[in-house]
Amino acid sequence: MRDRTFAPSRVLIYLIVLLIAAAWLAPLVVVVLNSLRTNEEIAQASMIGWPKQWAWSNYVTAWSGFCVAETCAGIRPYMLNSALVTIPATIFSTMLGAVAGYAVSLWRFRGDNWIYGIVTLGLFLPQQMRLLPWTIVLRDIGLINTLAGLVLIHTIQGLSFTTLFCRNYYVAIPHELIRAARIDGAGFFRIFWRIIMPLSPPILIVTVIWQFTHIWNEFLYGVTFTSGQQQPVTAALIALSAAVADIPQHGVQSAAVIIAALPTLLIYVLGGRYFVRGLTAGAVK
Amino acid sequence: MIWVPLLLSAAHLVSFSLWTIWISFTPSTLIPVSGWVGLRNYTAVAASRNWQIAFDNLLLFGCAFVLLSVVTGLILAILLDQRIRGENLLRSVFLYPLAVSFVVTGTVWSWLLNPGLGIQKLVHDLGWTSFKFDWLIDRDMAIWTIVIAAIWQSSGFAMALFLAGLRSVDADIVKAAQIDGAGPVRIYRRIILPTLWPITITVVVVQLQFAISAFDLVRALTNGGPGIATQLPALVVYDLMFQRSLLGRGAAAAVLMLLILLAVLLPYAAWRYVQQRRAVHA
Repeated sequence: MRDRTFAPSRVLIYLIVLLIAAAWLAPLVVVVLNSLRTNEEIAQASMIGWPKQWAWSNYVTAWSGFCVAETCAGIRPYMLNSALVTIPATIFSTMLGAVAGYAVSLWRFRGDNWIYGIVTLGLFLPQQMRLLPWTIVLRDIGLINTLAGLVLIHTIQGLSFTTLFCRNYYVAIPHELIRAARIDGAGFFRIFWRIIMPLSPPILIVTVIWQFTHIWNEFLYGVTFTSGQQQPVTAALIALSAAVADIPQHGVQSAAVIIAALPTLLIYVLGGRYFVRGLTAGAVK
Repeated sequence: MIWVPLLLSAAHLVSFSLWTIWISFTPSTLIPVSGWVGLRNYTAVAASRNWQIAFDNLLLFGCAFVLLSVVTGLILAILLDQRIRGENLLRSVFLYPLAVSFVVTGTVWSWLLNPGLGIQKLVHDLGWTSFKFDWLIDRDMAIWTIVIAAIWQSSGFAMALFLAGLRSVDADIVKAAQIDGAGPVRIYRRIILPTLWPITITVVVVQLQFAISAFDLVRALTNGGPGIATQLPALVVYDLMFQRSLLGRGAAAAVLMLLILLAVLLPYAAWRYVQQRRAVHA
């Protein structure tokens, strides 16, 4: 199995792998090509085809031109919304998760295991169980239909993941290190900034990538708690496909889909290694 | 100070869960009201055609998706384990769908599977006009389009875990078996695959969890249609809560979702507990 001899079986293996890889890439290729075809061209032929003329204007329309619900500003404002939710929520949930992970793994206090257990249950609790309470809480504190409301939700709910990631990483730090610092009179946050943080970049990268992709891709909360101009880009894409149902604009829609997927795809390309680490860390607890 | 993030997280999980459970026993419609109606919301949800279809779909989708994504992931992992060139690139190709939003992938698959736009149209244009692939608008087959898209989206995850498992198999044992004259098929069947059981169970649980809470993908791909043929519990909850303003029933449906999830997770937790006990005593 692990020899490097050339045999017909190896040709077969390559053939199968490449075929599956082609199938896996096909949807991406189709959308990229469609984003460069005119709407008429797609309507006459099918979604699958090579552009006859390169319709770069699709991207311009998708970015700043098409209309959803009487506003014609393209996908730009929704991309901005997503960024304004995703970036702060990623930073907050990661930092708070680092503090929480440090507290349960190295600082310890009465009942820490219980609280940590409840926090990790959050990984499993369906979003649907939290929809109504969040609606009521957001309305009562005046954050319904605001980006700040989404930041709050993603920060608090993200803690389940970030605490788990950081805790699993911090348990490997020798306790003696912390004990020695405590004897020297260092407090919780002094140790956190001076000892824990300098050791943390590997796990923080994993956590940031994981949180960023999760929050950027999130849809249910976006569509439930925001409407119109306040929606993140995932919700806007659904609104767009509903809006163009009568007059198909698949070229523009494809361009919008590409733009919306670009930030996470970019992160995946740049930090693929850490992305996989996050995936496996989230699964193998 | 150090308690704040942990307490925030733990407290909201407990209180929100109890809150939803409480609402599921009240006669709340447009707004939450106090009162007690016993299991009325639950019986109403369970008796509704919408929920029955959603539940049947979940069984079919859950089983088919989990089985097929485990098989696909395992095949991909075994293929990539053959020391092939460009392994890193190929692994990235199989994993990239995971980085993209379900809204995006659902939308794209809805185009590919749309008989008037996608694969069927392409084959027709190429001259094979009797070719038929209209599952997306076929009431009986539409649920399978969700299976297809979900497998494409997440079997890379199964692959990543299986590959890590394959790589951790003791090379000496494999070498010994090779010296004894065992062929690759035999080595996989007798030595390597049996070590993958714990990973398989993890993959199954994670994928089932995804299947139970699947919302975005279905919303973008079929929106529950045609009719309500691809309805799933997560869509029923949303529909009851925010489209029909039946908060009590919506909450009851959400609690039912949680119960389905627990039916999967509790055996898993018990299994993990036994495994850990065994590891300690070994």
